[in-house]
Amino acid sequence: MTLGASARDKLFVAALLTPCLLFVVVFAYYPIAYSFYLSLHKIVLSLPALGQPFVGLENYRTLLRDGVALRSLTNTALFAFFSVGLEILFGLLIALVIHRRFKGRGIVRAAVLVPWAIPTVVTSQMWRFIFNDKYGLLNFALHGADVGSYTAWLADPGFAFGAIVVADVWKASAFAGLLILAGLQGIPEELYEAARIDGANAWQRFRRVTLPLLKPAILVALLFRTMDAFRVFDLVFVMTQGGPADATNVLQFYGYKKIFAEGLMGYGSTISVLVFVVTFAVAMMYIRVVGTRLFGREA
Amino acid sequence: MSARRLGFFLLTFLIVGLSLLPFLWFVDTSLKSAVQVTAIPPTVVPEGSLAFYRSAVRNYNLLHFLRNSAIVAGLTTLITIGLGTFAGYALARLRFRFKGLFLGALLVVSMFPQISMAGPIWRILRSLGWLNSYQGLIIPYVTLTLPLGVWILASFFKELPAEIEDAARVDGAGHVQTLFRIVVPLAAPGVFTAAILVFIYAWNEFFFALLVMTQQKYQTLPVGIALFQGQYTLPWGEIAAASTVATVPIVLVVFFFQRRIVSGLAAGAVKG
Repeated sequence: MTLGASARDKLFVAALLTPCLLFVVVFAYYPIAYSFYLSLHKIVLSLPALGQPFVGLENYRTLLRDGVALRSLTNTALFAFFSVGLEILFGLLIALVIHRRFKGRGIVRAAVLVPWAIPTVVTSQMWRFIFNDKYGLLNFALHGADVGSYTAWLADPGFAFGAIVVADVWKASAFAGLLILAGLQGIPEELYEAARIDGANAWQRFRRVTLPLLKPAILVALLFRTMDAFRVFDLVFVMTQGGPADATNVLQFYGYKKIFAEGLMGYGSTISVLVFVVTFAVAMMYIRVVGTRLFGREA
Repeated sequence: MSARRLGFFLLTFLIVGLSLLPFLWFVDTSLKSAVQVTAIPPTVVPEGSLAFYRSAVRNYNLLHFLRNSAIVAGLTTLITIGLGTFAGYALARLRFRFKGLFLGALLVVSMFPQISMAGPIWRILRSLGWLNSYQGLIIPYVTLTLPLGVWILASFFKELPAEIEDAARVDGAGHVQTLFRIVVPLAAPGVFTAAILVFIYAWNEFFFALLVMTQQKYQTLPVGIALFQGQYTLPWGEIAAASTVATVPIVLVVFFFQRRIVSGLAAGAVKG
């Protein structure tokens, strides 16, 4: 017996999609759900005899009273605020530069992509070296050979926080720039012609034509980068290990420490649920913005 | 030169300088002598020795890390592009129910924070005996790169004229033949773009590599570079050497394929 055409089509679609679906369900959706489940249990990896007793919302109550967790939440939010803010600003500058046609534009585009493309671990070690208290480039640039006035950047709470922001901004500004560039390329040239005929100068054209029309692209870059900033890990792991005095402790690093260094699988999962909820809220806003944009474009 | 053009030139110069100089300083460091690395004032011209590279190979397993990274990133790219081609084609060309739901469920995965999956994935891999194994890292990587891969491939497949496939079908080619003989070759640039982005992701990833590869034998370059530790002080020369080795392939890819990467990233981020 041969299958009818429509049954064969269905089988073909199923064969194409099933492997992909299997991966995503088993190694992404199931783990997320499993994290929720774990967060309702008391699990200490070093005490297997304890078993996995169900404790309801106890881990969540602990979380609300955990000063370090709240500090990590604040740090993560501040990190997102400062680094994403600066990335949008520099991204806009980068986008305006590489949008122009000029000789060597390809090389300029490749150069600004380099920080985005190199491993974050390398970025982190590189900036850790530049911020080094004894022989780092930053101290030398500020104080020359006057070693007595050198600052231990990564040992000072405020400066260490600034240092991870600097490293992130260096790495991610170009990415924000590319998203904004995509928006720039969508602005019709006639609008600038019309503005020029009306006597608008360069600044007025930027304020009245470019910025308003770039708003959706800037919003996309803002949300995309915010989502990423809430997941920051590599920079903190390599540059500061959350220190000094938890000044650079961020949620994802704190959760990692609780689960894998201290073996608190249950409580650590509660932190991971918090990270998920916060990131998911930003992601949903992002999808709404991108969704309406796509819809608008196709209509 | 007008003032505006001069300003534009200076701005471009500044952006390129800030993008490249910090990393070039690290590359420079990797070529210095041990005394030069910590010298005040810093020296710019390195003595040109490869001593730190030799030491990174001999004392810090650099070649191990390099091999592990190449295996994990290479296989991840092959598998993701293979599965992504199937799913991307279905999404671009075939009609079926719940297409939007499938696409949405796939894209959301790229937004999951790693920590929210980490504990369970670690438990699953441990119970399978796959901690410290290549498949233990490749499988999470395939999962996390599929959304981007599928999306880029689907958008490239969509741009191909459907008439060519119809013609092939009229000539008696089946679904599978049409996909591999007609669609994939025509969409080669898109397949290549997706492969570059997936490879860069897998080559650079740190979080899961740190969890899964606890034995040095299996560690990838980012884990190796993060955990470099001397007996008393940090071996900056060796760290810089390993960082250069990890970065050179990626920088070459960026310089040769920047146009594709820019279009791929824009498509991946704005649409997915």
